[in-house]
Amino acid sequence: MEKTKLTVAVTGLNNTDNPGPGVPVIRSLRESSFFDVRIIGLAYENLEPGIYMKDIVDKAYLIPYPSSGQDALMNRIREINERENVDVLIPNFDAELYTFMKSEKQLEEIGIRSFLPTLQQFEERHKTNLPAFGEKYDIKVPASKAITSHRDIASLRDDFEYPVLVKGKFYDAYLAYNEEQVNMHYNKISAKWGLPIIIQEFIKGTEVNVVALGDGEGNTIGAVPMRKQYITDKGKAWGGITLSDEKMLDITRKLIRNTRWRGGMELEMIKTINNEYYMIKINPRIPAWVYLAVGAGQNIPEALLKLALGMDVTPFTKYQTGKMFIRYSYDLIGDIGNFEKISVLGEL
Amino acid sequence: MKLRKNIAISESGFVFDASTGDSFSLNEPGKEIMELMARGSTNEEITKWITSRYDINQESFERYLEDFTGMLRQYQLLEPDDDFPGSTDS
Repeated sequence: MEKTKLTVAVTGLNNTDNPGPGVPVIRSLRESSFFDVRIIGLAYENLEPGIYMKDIVDKAYLIPYPSSGQDALMNRIREINERENVDVLIPNFDAELYTFMKSEKQLEEIGIRSFLPTLQQFEERHKTNLPAFGEKYDIKVPASKAITSHRDIASLRDDFEYPVLVKGKFYDAYLAYNEEQVNMHYNKISAKWGLPIIIQEFIKGTEVNVVALGDGEGNTIGAVPMRKQYITDKGKAWGGITLSDEKMLDITRKLIRNTRWRGGMELEMIKTINNEYYMIKINPRIPAWVYLAVGAGQNIPEALLKLALGMDVTPFTKYQTGKMFIRYSYDLIGDIGNFEKISVLGEL
Repeated sequence: MKLRKNIAISESGFVFDASTGDSFSLNEPGKEIMELMARGSTNEEITKWITSRYDINQESFERYLEDFTGMLRQYQLLEPDDDFPGSTDS
């Protein structure tokens, strides 16, 4: 069967010790038996490793941060599209999703399709809204509270027992055993990610994750559970293994059915010693470890591409348990000329 | 006592719990004991088998077996066992 040729733009090329999902998403698409993809890498920084990985991106462009405004970002996307004729865009950063979701119609007008959660789905699963989300969809979540001032810290002892988790709006989470430590983490996180800061009940157990894809109609197209086996000092998985856990899959299917989730997602849960599952975070995008799911038999990025193109997708029904991934670091040798091109011309 | 389903024991004595991702390494007698448990053998049958193959008396082995099963319970590798008062699997 001849493969369908497609041009796909992908962000999240920061394949660092805090890896973005871009490179694993691209690897998954390159292994598609259905699509023959030309990959346009979209990067925010000129040292994102994916830019320089020749087998990964065919062409890379710098784009402005979403904080520069929706117009600036969309103008740049239009400019790139005029040259590359992009069919599908897969954004991979939490911080850029809002802008791309708001621009979905504009993107469609210029022929670029995407498959993203709705604004309502994106907003209601936010860390700050997790307790209400848990109640609405009957999912266990740890008690949490969003705070916006140092003054709120003293009263935390009325609602929480120490230790508590101190979390940023988008990223970062630290365990605090007393008020002083909450203060310290509050300052550190708010300086980096702004307010609010989320204080969350600490649930003791094992962290387990699921990568999943919803079709927007309530159907789960794919879902693979994983446990991190090797965690970096940033809390990122450097190694992991697929699990056989029907309860995790039930929770995932129920959540996708009830929210009619549209797009990729990552569920982060804590499994307690009593085999209870607490949802601690819902990431509204494909995670950086998605290539493990591909290795286990579910090419979730390929299925997402099909959904974006409006094709019928048969849900995956199985995956291999005990599949493992181990990340590694690798030195790419580049030339100053390439760095010059991406820095000065904004493309490579 | 019964091993939980989803526990795989390989020829080399490598044990994999597919529901948690945990893995363990066993020596030869440990592997034999777990294989017997997987087949549903009773403590008496396991004791008889091991004492017939290894140089160990029944009393000593029963003590070791109790330690070993305690460890399996701790790692949640056994099905809940109502007869065992200290079970944490329930």
